[in-house]
Amino acid sequence: MIYFGELKAKKGLIHINKDRCKGCGFCVEYCPRDVLEMSEEFNIKGYHPPRVVNPDNCCYCQLCEAICPEFAIFVTLREEEEREREKEISRP
Amino acid sequence: MKPEDRLEEKHPMEEFLRMDRMPHIWCSGCGIGIVVTSFIEALQKSGLDPDKVCVVSGIGCTGRVAGYLRLDSFHTTHGRPIPFATGLKLANPELKVVVFSGDGDIVGIGGNHFIHAARRNMDLVVICVNNFNYAMTGGQVAATTPIGANLSTAPYGNFEYPFNLPYLAEACGATYVARWTCLHIRRVTKSIQEALQKRGFSFIEVITPCVTLYARRNRLGDGLNLLRYYYENSEIRHGADTRTLDIAYQGKIIVGKFVDIEKPTFLDCMNNHLRKVLGNKYQPWGVKS
Amino acid sequence: MSVRKKSADPKGVLTGVHYLDGDYAIAEGALAAGCRFFAGYPITPSTETAERFAERIPLVGGVFIQMEDEIASIAALIGASWAGVKSMTVTSGPGFSLMMENIGLACMMEVPIVIANVQRGGPSTGLPTLTGQGDMMQVRWGSHGDYEIIALSPDSPQECFDLTIKAFNLSEMYRVPVFIMTDECVGHMHEKVVIPPAEEIEIIERKWYEGPKDKYLPYKPDVDLVPFMVKAGDGYRFHTTGLTHDERGYPVINAECQDWCVRHICDKIRLNADKIIEYREDETDTAEIVVVSYGITSRVAWKAIQDARKAGIKVGSLRLITVWPFPEKKIEELAGKIKAFVVPEINLGQIKREVERAAKGKAPVYPVSHCGGWVHDPNDILKVIKEAAK
Repeated sequence: MIYFGELKAKKGLIHINKDRCKGCGFCVEYCPRDVLEMSEEFNIKGYHPPRVVNPDNCCYCQLCEAICPEFAIFVTLREEEEREREKEISRP
Repeated sequence: MKPEDRLEEKHPMEEFLRMDRMPHIWCSGCGIGIVVTSFIEALQKSGLDPDKVCVVSGIGCTGRVAGYLRLDSFHTTHGRPIPFATGLKLANPELKVVVFSGDGDIVGIGGNHFIHAARRNMDLVVICVNNFNYAMTGGQVAATTPIGANLSTAPYGNFEYPFNLPYLAEACGATYVARWTCLHIRRVTKSIQEALQKRGFSFIEVITPCVTLYARRNRLGDGLNLLRYYYENSEIRHGADTRTLDIAYQGKIIVGKFVDIEKPTFLDCMNNHLRKVLGNKYQPWGVKS
Repeated sequence: MSVRKKSADPKGVLTGVHYLDGDYAIAEGALAAGCRFFAGYPITPSTETAERFAERIPLVGGVFIQMEDEIASIAALIGASWAGVKSMTVTSGPGFSLMMENIGLACMMEVPIVIANVQRGGPSTGLPTLTGQGDMMQVRWGSHGDYEIIALSPDSPQECFDLTIKAFNLSEMYRVPVFIMTDECVGHMHEKVVIPPAEEIEIIERKWYEGPKDKYLPYKPDVDLVPFMVKAGDGYRFHTTGLTHDERGYPVINAECQDWCVRHICDKIRLNADKIIEYREDETDTAEIVVVSYGITSRVAWKAIQDARKAGIKVGSLRLITVWPFPEKKIEELAGKIKAFVVPEINLGQIKREVERAAKGKAPVYPVSHCGGWVHDPNDILKVIKEAAK
């Protein structure tokens, strides 16, 4: 993580509604950080929903949320405290 | 508890959607859902009171939009959302009326209404989702189908000249004309936001993939292939001459904002003129005194 | 419960004694009833109503817009009605045919609108400047599918004024399109029209919903079978569609919903028919022959009836004010007592079929048909009355 004074890069948490997805693949294709890939599992309608493979790469650009035609994926901002807490847990 | 029931799993746009009717009927890879997402985003950013925003749709795939938006929404007859919206707007000028319909509905059967509403500069926002065919009925040729495309009522390829929608809108007198593809998500949102905050006849054409009909009949692949075609072939030229905006089959798509002018709306003209002629006897309509 | 009956807004009431033609009287009646939106298209012989509206509405407060065609006119009316404003249009035969699809939409969406059809000789372009009554079946069955409407038939400019107000009241009460079926003769006839003061004119408003917003069901019928209505912009976030829909207004495409939906829009009028039907009777309880007539023909028939009475025939008159819903029960009741019906009309027997149907064979029905272009000669009607009396 690069800090410019007080600036910190944003991180996002991806929420996928698997059963609403229709497997079009737009989110996977247009994610600029390769956070998602199509999974092998089937949802209730028989489509392959996406899956988060690189959660730390997500920079909260919200492009997947904007380009999904099904309202099946959205991104929330990972709060600062949550990240600090994670850092604490991972400290040896 | 199902994962979707947890509060944080609620999609941020759910308050604008009729969640009891989800998932919607549009096909996998269809771009209409993207345009609806852009519209809701624009509505949120525009600061308009959602209680005063009405959506009027016609018949067709895009015509189903009214059924999924949680606003005062109207699903009218084929080709007639524009005059319906005219009546709605004129009867209550405080409403912001958005016509959200497809290319066949707005400029095919509804062509006459389109040109007159634009001529009168009726204060409406018209979002025309252009997928180059009549999809709901099985993929027939439309007024916007490029020459050479294969569709069910042009089984040997379309030989008719198609419309150039931004040219048509500008020629009829629209005060805001823009064209985007659904891949230009942020720009569609910005255009819709500008149109919502503007008075006068605004026309936004959004070119979207039709995977099940147009793409399948012409072997163009799936939604991803069509979006890649838009990515590789679209060029942004703001303010371009609308006469040059024809789209050849799988050809270059010129997008951008072409017209953005100010002109008095129908109600402005009506009130100003009649006040001038009738003086104090005139009872103004829709004017906040 | 909101106040539904009130007196007219004085701004729209041109109180006084006037010399107007039928078309102008319709415009005045509409303004008195509270109509503040008019979208129309010029067509002979109805254009005068639009012209009167265009002149008067800027002085009363409202919108007049001449749309690009009749289809746009009626679509605009439905939109305006959803915004809470009473709206009307006028047309004649060819325009009426164009409006049919959206009339179906108005019935399906249960929207109160008023359409006046100043009938002329048809079919097709027909006789634009001459009278006819050939749209009487079309007004009932013109659009596709099963539905019910209300149609009124005035016989004079005074009645044009009165029945226009009644048309608005009925449309608001039953959330249904109501038609005023005049004709070129009444439309262009100048006569005395008395417009009373605003306090004496009773106006009925639609049933506004006043309950909690999240519990609103746009198409849930009330005890009188008419659902509560709201208007766009009040935050109810309702959806309405021309597709077969359920109580929420959402489209449901199956046979059960179709049955519920279509029966509801039909029952709303059919089961309330007794409250809607209106006619004027004269000496029908002692009659041997009853002349069933409506509109301008009833005035001509009146002369024939007087002459027949002088000749000793016991003739009664049943003048239909509401042609639809048709007064079946009255016709059946009369059919059991009288010798025959005589139905003069300026068409080839459209309402005569209804009289025959309702009479159920108990009494013969003699038509006095005339294709249009002028009103009947009273002697022609007299001849048929005499023949029916034999």
